[in-house]
Amino acid sequence: MDAYLSLWETYGPQMLSTFWTNIQLTFWAAIASVTLGGFLALMRISPIPSLRWFGTAYVNIFRNTPLTIIMTFGVLVLFGVFQVQLASDFNLNFFRIAIIGLTIYHAAFFCEAIRSGVNTVPLGQAEAARAIGLSFLPAARHVILPQALRGAIAPMGNTLIALIKNSTVATAGSVAEISGTMKTMIEFRPDVGILVFLTVAAFFVIVVIPIGLLSTYLSKKLAVAR
Amino acid sequence: MRKNRIAMASMAAVAALTLSACGGSDEGGTGGEGSEGGESVRIGIKFDQPGLGFQEGDTYTGFDVDVAKYVANELGYSEDQIEWVSAPSANRETLLETNGVDMIFATYSITDERKERVAFAGPYFHAGQDLLVREDESEIAGPEDLEGKNLCSVTGSTSATKVKELHPGINLVEQSGYADCLGLLETGGIDAVTTDDIILAGLAATEANQGKFKVVGNPFSDERYGVGLSQDSDMCEDINAAIQKMYDDGAWEEAISANTEGTGYTPNDEKNPPEPDACA
Repeated sequence: MDAYLSLWETYGPQMLSTFWTNIQLTFWAAIASVTLGGFLALMRISPIPSLRWFGTAYVNIFRNTPLTIIMTFGVLVLFGVFQVQLASDFNLNFFRIAIIGLTIYHAAFFCEAIRSGVNTVPLGQAEAARAIGLSFLPAARHVILPQALRGAIAPMGNTLIALIKNSTVATAGSVAEISGTMKTMIEFRPDVGILVFLTVAAFFVIVVIPIGLLSTYLSKKLAVAR
Repeated sequence: MRKNRIAMASMAAVAALTLSACGGSDEGGTGGEGSEGGESVRIGIKFDQPGLGFQEGDTYTGFDVDVAKYVANELGYSEDQIEWVSAPSANRETLLETNGVDMIFATYSITDERKERVAFAGPYFHAGQDLLVREDESEIAGPEDLEGKNLCSVTGSTSATKVKELHPGINLVEQSGYADCLGLLETGGIDAVTTDDIILAGLAATEANQGKFKVVGNPFSDERYGVGLSQDSDMCEDINAAIQKMYDDGAWEEAISANTEGTGYTPNDEKNPPEPDACA
């Protein structure tokens, strides 16, 4: 017990601050990837074949590429070869590269989550929208997406939970976040090895469980009764 | 009713896990002392550390491997009685406690925190944290010259933590392995790589990196590589005697130079070869 308390004394602040980095990564990447995913979903249901083709290609490429590879690519190629600078601050640069990596990857999953919501909207709704003279974008905005998003809450919640946990992959992109701290603790404090894992897991459980409960609650409450 | 049963089952599972976790370290000893009547010995090494412990097909090369072979031979195991086991840094204590290996030779620094869970024989090598730079580099002679420059190390490693503490002005890029660092060093994204000198020399000595990099040769830490043993192992004295013999007959020095050839690296000779510690 004393050993565990001393672990907190030494690494407590670092654990909290690096976990805060995970939350920040998640926050920005969630906003960006929901936006990008929304556009991709629109493309995939649009009447224009080339846009549909692009949306499908994007989803298939990035959904099937491991996130670690995307993240490592960001560092080894963007930073290593082209020396891309997204910020004058050295570490902020990696933080932003990581957000881009997380966004590119999760946009594909958000796109599919939103599209699964679109599939809950009966075809008759789209036909009715067209019948009253709405073209594709107004029909999507006023008729299809409002119903689709309500149906997409549960899968989007799942994708968000995956995003929170995947933010630990940012370690591969040289971002100081919780899994890096965990490696440091394992290196220096093998005497409390298993407790280190359990502590870090608890951090995620505390954040993820409320999100799971909330998305289940909302998906039930907001579901369109048919 | 159904729910109850699931809850019971999961509680039982948790209890079983907890119990087996406690039992592991106690039972470890009985198996270890037996040593299976001299049939084979399981040795933990790194599989991905060129120059120290490296797997190519079914052959294993490197300084740690050479020392391990010598020691095993002195303990009465011939080379084909050795079973090599991969021992990545995060798993080393657990491997010893659960009796997954009999000993570990894997750039395993002796520290007090580790002694809480495992025992050490040796040390058999005294390493120091150093820098690896591009062959044509002339401005970097130590970490002081890296202020505002980019340095690479492995996430969570002792070396990364140390350099952050000592020189907060250095831009530290943390990667998951040294191979990624070397890639960045070659393309110019970073100016130096840091970890223990012999690990750097081993990386620079690989065929693919021949002539591209050099070790600066200005070590700034003390890492004493020991032989990891389980706490109730009785092999410590014999291993120390074997290490001493390896120094005396010159095999130790031969192993060093063979594994760092062509990098201009020589170990710190004030501290090498190190006197093995007394066994606890």
